[in-house]
Amino acid sequence: MAHANELYLGKQDYQVLGKRPVRHDGTDKVTGKAIYTADVQLPNMLHGKIVRSPHAHARIKSIDASEALAMPGVFAVVTADDFPDLTEKFALMGEAGQVNLTELAANCLAKGKVLYRGHAVAAVAAANVHIADEAASKIKVEYEVLPSVTWVLDAMKDDAPLLHEHLRTDSMGKKADKPSNIAVHLQFEKGNVTDGFQQADVIVEREFRTASVHQGYIEPHAVVALWNEDSRLKLWTATQGSFNCRQQVAELLQIPVSQVLVVPCEIGGGFGGKITVYLEPVAALLSRKSGRPVKMVMQRNEVFEGTGPTPGSFARVKLGAKKDGTLVAGEAWLAYDCGAFPGGMIGPGCMCVFSCYDLPHAKVDGFDVCNNKPKTQAYRAPGSTQAAFACEQVIDELAEKLNIDPIELRLKNAAKEGTRRVDGPVYPRVGFVECLNAAKNSEHWKSKLSGKNRGRGIAAGFWFNIGGASSCSASVNDDGIVCLVEGSTDIGGTRTSIAMQLAETLGIAAEDVRPQVGDTDSVGYTFLTGGSRVTFATGLAAYQLGLDLQEQMKQRAASIWDCDPTSITVDKGVYKQNGHSLTFKQIAAKIPENQLDPVVGRASVAPEGSTNAFGVHIADVEVDPETGKVTVLRYTAIQDAGKAVHPSYVEGQMQGGAAQGIGWALNEEYFFDAKDQMRNASFLDYRMPTCLDLPMIDTIIVEVPNPSHPYGVRGVGETPIVPPPATIANAIHAAVGTRMTQLPMSPPALWKALSERA
Amino acid sequence: MKSFDYAAPTSLAEASALLAHANGQARILAGGTDLLVQLREHLREADLVVDVKRIPELMELSFTPEQGLRLGASVPCYRIYEHAEVSAAYPALAEAARIVGGWQIQSRASVGGNLCNSSPAGDTIAPLIALGASCTVVGPEGTRQVAAEEFCVSPGKNVLRRGELLSTIVFPPPAKSGGSAYERFIPRNEMDIAVAAAGSWVELDPSGKTIKNARVAITAVAPTPRFAAEASQWLAGKPATEETFAQAGELAKKVASPITDMRGTQEFRVHLVGVLTKRTLAKAVERARG
Ligand SMILES: Cc1cc2nc3c(=O)[nH]c(=O)nc-3n(C[C@H](O)[C@H](O)[C@H](O)COP(=O)(O)OP(=O)(O)OC[C@H]3O[C@@H](n4cnc5c(N)ncnc54)[C@H](O)[C@@H]3O)c2cc1C
Repeated sequence: MAHANELYLGKQDYQVLGKRPVRHDGTDKVTGKAIYTADVQLPNMLHGKIVRSPHAHARIKSIDASEALAMPGVFAVVTADDFPDLTEKFALMGEAGQVNLTELAANCLAKGKVLYRGHAVAAVAAANVHIADEAASKIKVEYEVLPSVTWVLDAMKDDAPLLHEHLRTDSMGKKADKPSNIAVHLQFEKGNVTDGFQQADVIVEREFRTASVHQGYIEPHAVVALWNEDSRLKLWTATQGSFNCRQQVAELLQIPVSQVLVVPCEIGGGFGGKITVYLEPVAALLSRKSGRPVKMVMQRNEVFEGTGPTPGSFARVKLGAKKDGTLVAGEAWLAYDCGAFPGGMIGPGCMCVFSCYDLPHAKVDGFDVCNNKPKTQAYRAPGSTQAAFACEQVIDELAEKLNIDPIELRLKNAAKEGTRRVDGPVYPRVGFVECLNAAKNSEHWKSKLSGKNRGRGIAAGFWFNIGGASSCSASVNDDGIVCLVEGSTDIGGTRTSIAMQLAETLGIAAEDVRPQVGDTDSVGYTFLTGGSRVTFATGLAAYQLGLDLQEQMKQRAASIWDCDPTSITVDKGVYKQNGHSLTFKQIAAKIPENQLDPVVGRASVAPEGSTNAFGVHIADVEVDPETGKVTVLRYTAIQDAGKAVHPSYVEGQMQGGAAQGIGWALNEEYFFDAKDQMRNASFLDYRMPTCLDLPMIDTIIVEVPNPSHPYGVRGVGETPIVPPPATIANAIHAAVGTRMTQLPMSPPALWKALSERA
Repeated sequence: MKSFDYAAPTSLAEASALLAHANGQARILAGGTDLLVQLREHLREADLVVDVKRIPELMELSFTPEQGLRLGASVPCYRIYEHAEVSAAYPALAEAARIVGGWQIQSRASVGGNLCNSSPAGDTIAPLIALGASCTVVGPEGTRQVAAEEFCVSPGKNVLRRGELLSTIVFPPPAKSGGSAYERFIPRNEMDIAVAAAGSWVELDPSGKTIKNARVAITAVAPTPRFAAEASQWLAGKPATEETFAQAGELAKKVASPITDMRGTQEFRVHLVGVLTKRTLAKAVERARG
């Protein structure tokens, strides 16, 4: 990349980057013409419906589908038995790590036991949705109900109901000898915490609890599967990664990946929840059995009860500081639930808990714990928000105890280039200090907040942002328009951010690139859309693609001018040589005229490491002490974007993350009754904020270029959900003097805390 | 959703006959904002759906200061709050009509449907009780009047018998120095269901300092909407002060018997009854004073 760095790092006079062109998918979306999976209609298509468990934990004694199968219009029923034998089979899914296929299959269709209410047990395909509905109700499942557990600390107890008889705790590679719900115990250590805390003048230690929350994407999971007579399987679906979907389905069905074609449709949000497959393999099995295409679309309650919440968690965080505010040691003990199957978000939680600070001595213990909830899935910076809720409140309390301004305390200890995180990595150039300074200098922070029961809070957050494999290709049309095919499914406007990087490289307008997301047969392997990687990694591929196209355009110009291509210079899309001059578009027009080879370019990359995005949020709140209701009066999100390719998108990500984080802070939760049944599986009672519940979320974009990208791009999508719960908690504390250590900080919870204090 | 027959009668008699003689389960359809959702989610079943929106009496809205308000059971909410005189005469009703769902819902949803759905949390029901509304019920055996506070009998159930439908809700004429208010507590600011709610109506004496008559109703805190009789009677003759309102709130709490669920704890809901009674009384008095 040295060559790229020299070319572009620190470059300010961009032609395209930093501008705000109209998004390429805008017209389709605002006119309702974009094709989502539920819009796909095929001839003779059937409709599938899932039968779900009414119990939180039960043994499946029998499944009798005879009555359903006898109904006119019913074509097929499938259960776990329709999967091939996957015993001891594992799949390596790139950066998603190793996946246990038995468990992945059992999450799609329960085998032997149901592990949460809403767990899929069987599925039926019928001529229309109404018949499918009725047929599903006629599939008789007999259960033996078992005791269940949903709170993470309860699930860790020795006498807790066991989800998996075979599960043994893995502690740093060593397996325990008796079964447990604790799948993993991991530990990170730096320095010596005992010595560290001895140097402290002040120590704060607190415990925190958070409820499970859902990603809340607007589009329910949907798929159309067509298993053809030639054994080719075609899937239209809403996924965050078409290649990851392809691999999961192929592995689950034990067929070669090339036998599966995944067509990613437009997607109505994912936030991490549309990486794992749920419906895809089931619809494929139904299609194979019935010989017809099968569509499956979840209802909202199925989305809540059957798909990924983020972990409920318990955290104990202890920090020690000297009188002058220097942090000397930190200790954290985190237990995150992973739901029905092992493999939750505890790893990143442990890596993030102290990631904003330079701690000489630190120790983090983490536990991945199974309980009777849907298998947890990634949700925007998975694991980091829970950790920040804990750590950033302890920092706030330290600042108060030490009588130091909370920004100054953070500045004094801020992670910067050279800081080593507790889990090992040393940061390259990062922008946390710049974000804190931007917060300090913001109009919001400098403004006065007055009034009863009002308070201001501030908190920071971190997310890694990953690299990973990305591919794209493009062809140059006669009219100079470049058709770009890229492999990253677009959940956040990335099509445009990638097109803009290609346009910048070529020196053409953003509007002159037409981006599209390719299916798995028409573009090279591309890792999923997640980890805030796409604008960075697929953007990097687009940059290299631009260099490839530019090189070819030089060659075509050289043919036209009959000169050596290396003698041609290019500046802002204008090609020059010895008095000749042609624009990109002019060359494009001359290619067919001169019967030259068409220009088709390609690039693929697989950058490693993380691009490290830090954010700082400020909130003003007002508490109604009579009802415990919190009104967010003002909110500012500050973040280092490296380089904001399309600032409106960056602002949108910051605002969206903040909105979701505020929902998480104030009202969102999986509410379980005494039988561990979720009681609020609808948007009525699962209270995400509406536009009337939020103020305008102001944004300040900080740009500290990422040294590992030619334009300095860092990912931006995830960091903004990390600070909000801690920010709001710190603001509530400032307003009414009560420290809220449990999420959500809902009216009944806050009212109770206030009345207990009174 | 199961398929069903559909009928749209144009008179009360026809509707009543259809309902009385239906094979299987007949359901009345007004705005459909409860019914259609319930059918789709299999919470209710229907063999026959009787659309009552073509019956003139059910779509009537007439108001005079002397006669009061006659509100057809199927009149959609927006016609109430867009009616300046009705809004001024019965602010608690207008307040409730304005918060049922959003604009789309309000252009279909009716007060009659809200009452007949008989949810303990129905937003228009506390105002009906506080404003002393009476329900005209038409059936095969003729017409009867039911006081709003006696209409609901348990969650989702009411006094209507087979063949009966609600035709009109009758509101007494507005009092000279009268005022009313409705407030629900929701954790968000819109599109939510009441955790607890209160509707209050007061009539002041000519001095404007003393409460002559009052009616307080609370909802979402018991299996049915509740008329807070003791609090209402106690208020008569009391000075219109914050202290009085707070004390009335304490009395209103006595008729609350809420449950703990995803919307709030029992303890919190009882507490809210006090807060909301106090706040709605204060607002009603302010309005009564003009
Ligand atoms: C998005 C959304 C938001 C909502 N928000 C709120 C809210 O904020 N507050 C609130 O209280 N409700 C709310 N509701 C529920 C609903 O809108 C109200 O209860 C509404 O008033 C119902 O009126 P309707 O005319 O649509 O009734 P329908 O659905 O037509 O009928 C409701 C019930 O009453 C019966 N019925 C209707 N008319 C008669 C009659 N004349 N005689 C006998 N029985 C009859 C029906 O058979 C049915 O059982 C909401 C609903 C939705 C979908």
